[in-house]
Amino acid sequence: MSDKRLGVDDIVSELSSGMTIGIGGWGSRRKPMAVVRAICRSDLTDLTVVAYGGPDVGLLCATGKVRKVVCGFVTLDSIALDPHWRAARQHGRVEVMEVDEGMFFLGLQAAAWRVPFLPTRAGLGSDVLTVNPDLRLVRSPYGAGNPLLADPADADVDLVAMPALRLDAAVVHTNRADTAGNAQVLSPDPFFDALFLGAAERRFVTAERVVENGTLVGEGGPLLSVPIHRMLTDGVAETPGGAHFTANPPDYGRDEAFQKEYAAAASDPAEWEAFANRYVFVGEDEYQARVKERRAS
Amino acid sequence: MSPTSDAPDAGVTRAEFCVVACADAWRNAGEIMASPFGTIPSLGARLAKRTFAPDLVLTDGEAALMVGAPPISAKPDELVREAAMPYRSVFDVVWSGRRHIMMMASQIDRAGNQNISAVGPHDKPKVQLVGVRGAPGNSVNHPTSYWVPDHSPRTFVDQVDMVCGVGAARAAAAGAGATRFHDVRRVVSNLGVFDFETPERTMRLRSNHPGVSIDDIVAATGFALTIPPDAGETRLPTPEELDLLRTVLDPASVRDREVRT
Repeated sequence: MSDKRLGVDDIVSELSSGMTIGIGGWGSRRKPMAVVRAICRSDLTDLTVVAYGGPDVGLLCATGKVRKVVCGFVTLDSIALDPHWRAARQHGRVEVMEVDEGMFFLGLQAAAWRVPFLPTRAGLGSDVLTVNPDLRLVRSPYGAGNPLLADPADADVDLVAMPALRLDAAVVHTNRADTAGNAQVLSPDPFFDALFLGAAERRFVTAERVVENGTLVGEGGPLLSVPIHRMLTDGVAETPGGAHFTANPPDYGRDEAFQKEYAAAASDPAEWEAFANRYVFVGEDEYQARVKERRAS
Repeated sequence: MSPTSDAPDAGVTRAEFCVVACADAWRNAGEIMASPFGTIPSLGARLAKRTFAPDLVLTDGEAALMVGAPPISAKPDELVREAAMPYRSVFDVVWSGRRHIMMMASQIDRAGNQNISAVGPHDKPKVQLVGVRGAPGNSVNHPTSYWVPDHSPRTFVDQVDMVCGVGAARAAAAGAGATRFHDVRRVVSNLGVFDFETPERTMRLRSNHPGVSIDDIVAATGFALTIPPDAGETRLPTPEELDLLRTVLDPASVRDREVRT
């Protein structure tokens, strides 16, 4: 069986400017921040980011990596809105394809299932259809006379045809992974990480720890804690603290004090420059050392 | 004797009227998920579950359903969980209709459209808000109500800038797919309670909270509100409800931080 271990820089070297990149997690929870930070340090640009948005989106916008974001929200959870995202939007620096968070899920699902769209009521009547004029409706082909029509009230009904959100690459962060590319989530919500990987061409997992194949299930945890199997992954990188400062229980909670500092840095260009020089434009080892130092002080 | 101390609502705060008004939104709801946003709706859902709506299903705010209706300040390790409810499963609940959400609204209009996305032009907003989230899908799939803790002409607007939660007229224009399960029930604000039970399904005063005049509400509303002649005052909490709220659910009065008297 192939050993899929690689480094964060190897993952970033597989990306190129202009790509559409899916990022797992949700809000300020279990985000692959080590890879996000590495993208911020790289010369990649013009990216389309597809995410249940959190500080991944904020950081990438603040460092000028993003052309467009596909999302239903960008939140830091304990802070309602990522101020770096707010600034990027209010200055017109990024495009957005804003969709209902359920539509977003169906877009990933459609891509993972290799169908062009999936139908849903979500979005009907809302301005999601106005601000995304390329979104289309689909009429149910099951009419009143068709014996297969399950519910007469749905005869010929118009629904939103949520298009597949096909990704050039996806990266997710989990608690544990194995060398073959299976990945384990020890917190209660696997989010949509497996779908991000399923929707992508190049698929990467980072994890707090990478262990031998076969050891995730059993002492490592129950079978259902491994929602990502190796057919969904091309590469696995061990990144201790790799989700910092987002929440990654049971390994660690959100670093609220750090998140506050990150958010506050959006208010002033000089503050942002100081923050970015200290925490963004440094290597991952240096970053983790500075976080440790900050916590001690 | 002083008329105020003998009034039946003596001592009931505005926040407490708001909590029972929110709780009443889930009356007769049965075994469905109540999804409250904000402190006051969260207290309302817990109060409803502890009194007249015992089958309500509440989440722990993360990825599980929780047993009972614990105090608002309960720590995560004090909660008892009964089943898993990761986000993926939440969509199953939303699209099955077994849910009544009470969302917040940065803007809400006469037609019952809600905005939490952006104020100003969408390609370059004057004020970027959190995003549409699940509002479009919620509002056409299951009962939806709104909580607005700061009722003013800036929040109760003639037309919202971006329709996230869909009102009745927009749903009707979108056709049977949108109207089938559309059910925007109620708006609770710090000033009163509103519904859409007019022939045009536009916003109507249902009750003003005691201490708030109808003139106050009209002045704080940026559109022509329907004022039915029989609109009364928001009901008082029962002694049991008041006791539960003050001694069990919210002894630290977190509710007063969202709505001041």
